[in-house]
Amino acid sequence: MTWTTALGFGERGWGPALLYGAVMTLFVSIAGLAIGAALGSLVAWAKLSGVRVAGAIGEGYAALFRGLPELLVVYFVYFGSSAALTGLYHLLGGEGFLGVPGLAAGALAVGVISGSYQAEVFRGAYLAIAKGELEAARAVGMGPWLMFTRIIGPQVLRFALPGLGNLWQVALKDSSLISVTGLAELMRTSQVAAGSTHQPFTFYVAGGVLYLALTSISDRVFESAEARATRGMRREAH
Amino acid sequence: MDIAFIWATFLRLIAALQVTLSVWALSVFFGAFIAAGVTWMRVGGIRPLEWFARAYIFVFRGAPLLIQLFIVYYGLSSFPAVRASIFWPFLRDAFNCATLSCALCTAAYQSEIFRGALAGVPNGQIEAARACGMSKSLLFRRIIFPIALRQALPAYSTEVISMVKATALVSLVTLWDVMSVALKIRNDTLVTYTPLLIAGAIYFVVNYMIARAFIFIEQWLSPHLRARSA
Repeated sequence: MTWTTALGFGERGWGPALLYGAVMTLFVSIAGLAIGAALGSLVAWAKLSGVRVAGAIGEGYAALFRGLPELLVVYFVYFGSSAALTGLYHLLGGEGFLGVPGLAAGALAVGVISGSYQAEVFRGAYLAIAKGELEAARAVGMGPWLMFTRIIGPQVLRFALPGLGNLWQVALKDSSLISVTGLAELMRTSQVAAGSTHQPFTFYVAGGVLYLALTSISDRVFESAEARATRGMRREAH
Repeated sequence: MDIAFIWATFLRLIAALQVTLSVWALSVFFGAFIAAGVTWMRVGGIRPLEWFARAYIFVFRGAPLLIQLFIVYYGLSSFPAVRASIFWPFLRDAFNCATLSCALCTAAYQSEIFRGALAGVPNGQIEAARACGMSKSLLFRRIIFPIALRQALPAYSTEVISMVKATALVSLVTLWDVMSVALKIRNDTLVTYTPLLIAGAIYFVVNYMIARAFIFIEQWLSPHLRARSA
């Protein structure tokens, strides 16, 4: 089988499977980034709140997951989440083993890693808000909620965008490690195709090219989002 | 869960640390040289070399290390021509492939750090050195390199630590590093978490020590900042 047939969309071609894998990679990464955003903003809030215990827990989580190999985290989340779910199921009176779907475990793994880095991005973004804006909001009588939705939220998102863009790239690449759990994302699909066609070079290069496409296209998306988010801001004079 | 098992596991993982640290040290070391070359091409002002450097950085930073590692280890060896070539004695060994992939990948990241550090050298310093009549090489050795080195350190320490974590991937190409030994003990003994927890603790301590070492180097290299605060 020539490499064009192997990669093609014909009966024996792996084209559709690889594209499906790419979509799965995108999906896991987006879910991971979202979980990371939830964890990250929670930790940022804990550290900014001034409550010692909350800040220490947040810092501990972030330091721990930044110091462990991503692959180890993936294994740990994969083995651990199924055990936790089965334990919970037994508590509720169920029997047997309950496995967490690979997609959920994978997104969770990418999420806890990403969250440990996003915490700093969100904290930095909050600290970048001009103090005068917060004082002005209070002076006109805004409540905490209104202040968050109108003043803090939009600006934190704007200041956090460049950092989030970098972490999105990291999440996309980290998602390849989920292949060890057997989830049919891009890396795993490339592996299966490489094995069954005996053309490892073709399929790993094809997978690599698809990753490059994902990272470069999403880089453009983040660039235009940044341009859009900062359109109302004054440019520094050059 | 007994102490004897924990201790035995710990000893086996510590023994495997040698593989992890070898891949790490060699790839960071050779990666730095490749990165220096790529940075030189990137900022040297020669168009085709600049394009090559940009392409290199794009490819090795844009794709996951895991797939790069598999292209080198499984991909290259599938060609009979490669197996017949003079590179085969080098490429047939998983350790060499792993080190090579890690070095090529970290070089792309390190090169971006070097470029940023070079760009951060204040123009006034370079102009002053030229005004004193320094030659190009003396200017680089005395002015640009020391300033850039200090500026590169924080980002460089992050990259070096992320390489320790990245070496866990070599467990997927048959090397017996800390990660793969932990998984083997887990499979053999059916003890679910302890081996992974001990492996995690080892990685964490190693990373912590490297981070401390970099903080020490940073302070040592910036006596002018220390004097002010003291």
